[in-house]
Amino acid sequence: MNTPFRLIALSAASVLVLAACGKQEAASGGDVVRIGMASPLTGPQSHIGQDIKNGALLGVEDLNAAGFEIGGKKVKFELVAEDDEANPSKATTVAQKLVDSKVAGVVGHFNSGASIPASKVYADAGIPQISPGSTNPRYTQQGYATTFRVVANDDQQGPAVARYAIDALKTKRVAVIDDSTSYGQGLANAFEATVKAAGVEVVSHEHTTDKDTDFAAILTNIKAKNPELVFFGGIDTQAGPMAKQMKALGITAKLMGGDGIQTPKLLELAGGAADGTIASIPGLPKDKMPGGQAFLDKFKKRFGVGVELFAPMGYDAVHVLAEAMKRAGSSEPAKYLPELKKTNYSGVIGPIAFDDKGDLKNGPITINVVKGGKWDVLETVIPGAAAPAAPAAK
Amino acid sequence: METFIQQLVNGIVLGAVYALVALGYTMVYGILGLINFAHGEVVMIGALVALAVIKPLAAAGVPLGLLLPLGLLVAVCVCMALGAAIERIAYRPLRNAPRLAPLITAIGVSIVLQYSAVLIWGRTYHAYPELLPVTPMEFGGARISVAQIVIVVLAGAVMAALLWLVHRTRLGRAMRATAENPAVARLMGVNVDRVITATFVIGSALGAVAGVLVSVNYSVAHYQMGFMLGLKAFTAAVLGGIGNLAGAMVGGLLLGLIEAFGAGYIGDLTGGVFGSNYRDVFAFLVLVGVLIFRPSGLLGERVAERA
Amino acid sequence: MSPRTKALLSTAGIGLLLAVLPFVAGGLFGAAWVRVLDFVLIYILLALGLNIVVGYAGLLDLGYVAFYAVGAYLYALFSSPHLTEHFPAIAAMFPGGLHGPLWLLLPAGALLAGVCGALLGAPTLRLRGDYLAIVTLGFGEIVRIFMNNLYAPVNVTNGAQGITQIDPLHLGPVNLGRGLEIGGLHVSSLHLYYYLFLALVLLIVVLSIRLEDSRIGRAWVAIREDEIAAKACGINTRNVKLLAFAMGASFGGVAGGLFAGFQQFVSPESFQLIDSIMILCMVVLGGMGHIPGVILGCIVLTVLPEAFRYGAGPIQNLLFGKVLVDPEALRMMLFGLTLVVVMLYRPAGLWPEPRRRQEMAER
Repeated sequence: MNTPFRLIALSAASVLVLAACGKQEAASGGDVVRIGMASPLTGPQSHIGQDIKNGALLGVEDLNAAGFEIGGKKVKFELVAEDDEANPSKATTVAQKLVDSKVAGVVGHFNSGASIPASKVYADAGIPQISPGSTNPRYTQQGYATTFRVVANDDQQGPAVARYAIDALKTKRVAVIDDSTSYGQGLANAFEATVKAAGVEVVSHEHTTDKDTDFAAILTNIKAKNPELVFFGGIDTQAGPMAKQMKALGITAKLMGGDGIQTPKLLELAGGAADGTIASIPGLPKDKMPGGQAFLDKFKKRFGVGVELFAPMGYDAVHVLAEAMKRAGSSEPAKYLPELKKTNYSGVIGPIAFDDKGDLKNGPITINVVKGGKWDVLETVIPGAAAPAAPAAK
Repeated sequence: METFIQQLVNGIVLGAVYALVALGYTMVYGILGLINFAHGEVVMIGALVALAVIKPLAAAGVPLGLLLPLGLLVAVCVCMALGAAIERIAYRPLRNAPRLAPLITAIGVSIVLQYSAVLIWGRTYHAYPELLPVTPMEFGGARISVAQIVIVVLAGAVMAALLWLVHRTRLGRAMRATAENPAVARLMGVNVDRVITATFVIGSALGAVAGVLVSVNYSVAHYQMGFMLGLKAFTAAVLGGIGNLAGAMVGGLLLGLIEAFGAGYIGDLTGGVFGSNYRDVFAFLVLVGVLIFRPSGLLGERVAERA
Repeated sequence: MSPRTKALLSTAGIGLLLAVLPFVAGGLFGAAWVRVLDFVLIYILLALGLNIVVGYAGLLDLGYVAFYAVGAYLYALFSSPHLTEHFPAIAAMFPGGLHGPLWLLLPAGALLAGVCGALLGAPTLRLRGDYLAIVTLGFGEIVRIFMNNLYAPVNVTNGAQGITQIDPLHLGPVNLGRGLEIGGLHVSSLHLYYYLFLALVLLIVVLSIRLEDSRIGRAWVAIREDEIAAKACGINTRNVKLLAFAMGASFGGVAGGLFAGFQQFVSPESFQLIDSIMILCMVVLGGMGHIPGVILGCIVLTVLPEAFRYGAGPIQNLLFGKVLVDPEALRMMLFGLTLVVVMLYRPAGLWPEPRRRQEMAER
């Protein structure tokens, strides 16, 4: 036999062997309900992915500890966590893997760029997917019955926070910065469109990336244009250093952002410079929620680290799935999916109900401000009244 | 004008950091002709090690003035050992291998370092304590903080020391000889292996200094911070002419300025069609432009073609 | 057995193996592995393209993923509602929406990527080695940055949010996104993609082999070994180098088109520097310039991380009864170690070109 053939056969065999090493036993039927979780656990966004995983894990542990019952039978939930590496191609592979391991529902993914391609895989298998962090409006507009999210999309949050800047702060000149990610760009553009429509002058729209920590150049530009408010579409890990650098450059304008910066991490990274920073977050103020502060404490106790960003969404998503199963009396996706659509659950992040597309029904959005090194509730806006001014998705 | 001066300051601070990291790339390249892709991760490890030293010390009440030197010292020592280890394990066995083999091991090493950092320090962004006063000073309308001044001064001092080392000491002469021709250097009694190790050790020490300075200035450290920084610094080294020490400094400074002015003025120059999102495009276009007219970088010598 | 029958037999054997592979993998380990196989094939297309540039012509290209992106975005734009939504003029021209056929879009993607390849090649002809590497790296980043930001003032690429609702690949009346019923047997969408990709990979392998043995292929190798000597031998190094860039890029363009149709979604996240580096790793780890080696490299570097994914957590569970070390970080560390160890023990790659093996032995 000639060498190439032998080698090809050998390599093919090794593929199979490798695969066999990792083969998982089939889902054990009956009392175990598997919940899939997918988020970036490696790569630059892994701190957020790990946070979601921890949130979902805590959700599953709480359900198990409480002795959750479906159809009168006690069940044990099991979390199957996968790493999608924030990579669209890996996301579909991971999604397929979750489908293969017979999960009843999925909490994931984080990046819109991962959630969207993966949603087709879940839809084909009829498995409900609740994204804890994808804000691209398109995610729920693909016509799949199985896509849901427990986070406000860009077209809900952007206009709401913009209305606050226009109506309450009476801002006349704003500068906009985005972090060139799907979340940051979407949010910043939705914000910009709304304030422009209201006649507010957008003095500049600058861009950075989600890997940068040096914003001196763009902030110097913004300083020269002298805005009253700087809106940042991005997350806390950039907003923290940004707040510091704004202070160092002597920019007096307030920093404003979405739920991506309304976190304890921002306070830690920005230190004293965080004071005056304004951020919106979907849902009612945490301290008005029965489980808000308790959740933060419990999380810290369980994992030894604080909540980064989307852990509450991951936690709630698990509960939303479980509650729907309970109402349907079954963990079979086809049976509990109709119940999932009718969700009316009061979670850590606030009241959760889905509209016909699977988006969060326009719930309240809370505006927070940093005062004395702490997030303080400023106002609760109901975007249902304010949102229509928003132009269609761009 | 105020804006212009401020952008100049921004560019110089950023450029000083790039230059410091670029030196690590260029030293190794000058001697071995290989891109040490793992250098960015050494920078990251330096920043995180210093943080691990500083935090408990600060909690124990060590005075603020001592924290930075102590942190730097430990970080530099750890990174020196790390640099030597990387050379010994990943590069020395491949010295005569095809050109791209060490590139792949370098990528492998940097993945291993990144995820070692995850296992030790976790994935989160760490807030760096304020070790230097942040209250800025005004110079002709531009603001500059003590941290930034320290970065520029320290970077300048380190580079001066390095130039002295390479051009005035015995070790430096051995390094230059090895860079010129390792085989002949060996015949002249130079311990080539030791010189190469020394190069990695010095480069890594510079990387550690850079890592700590960057983290102090931006007050954050993270296990992925080395990748982009390394890439930019490598670009700077090439821009200046890779293998050339002065080139790395010039290239770093220039890249910092290009980025600051690029982000600052592209929007105005193109009437708002392109904005600061095209900063890196602008930087790379300048690089291509330079390389078209000077294929070996700004200060690089025209090397004879080697197969 | 005569050599001829032997060759025939081995070909038939390989053919049979490749034909049943997705059923074996899918049946034994689940559909996820069929999807992995699909991606292996896409990566083989990419790696064979890069192999022309790096392996044959010896030009280090760190921005190869840009051509993949060009092919993917071309397919995405011409078979999704994106352009008709944002440009009324185009909507008026195509009242039924844009649904470019595969036979047109794949060659167009190849052509466009090829042109981009030549455009990249032109200013970099004088550069060598690592200077070329950094310029190609910059080129890759430039393409990605444009994809990420061309949503204003006119929305061409929809920025970071990417293009959704892309048509699945169609072959005539067959919609590969749906699956196919043949005589009561259901062939799933993943399997159909597998066979389409396999056909294209075979085509490209044949093309690569023919190129390798051609006058151009020998010219590439001559340039790789010694550019000055090649020039002295009367090779037009400029044209031959440009051709290497263009040919290599066009393979990437084809792969991009397939990727866009397969995923039905493209966004700049899929075309980052790290992807270029991974493709380069596949080529070098497998064995530069040697087609079977490159294919092996793709298989190893695509399948291994997936296997680690299954292994890292469960094996710890098995050994210690619980997960001690973060399985995802462990998985990446194992991956990094694999790269180091393989290169240390096989510096010319897992399955190097015979000629190169000889050179290594002589040292």
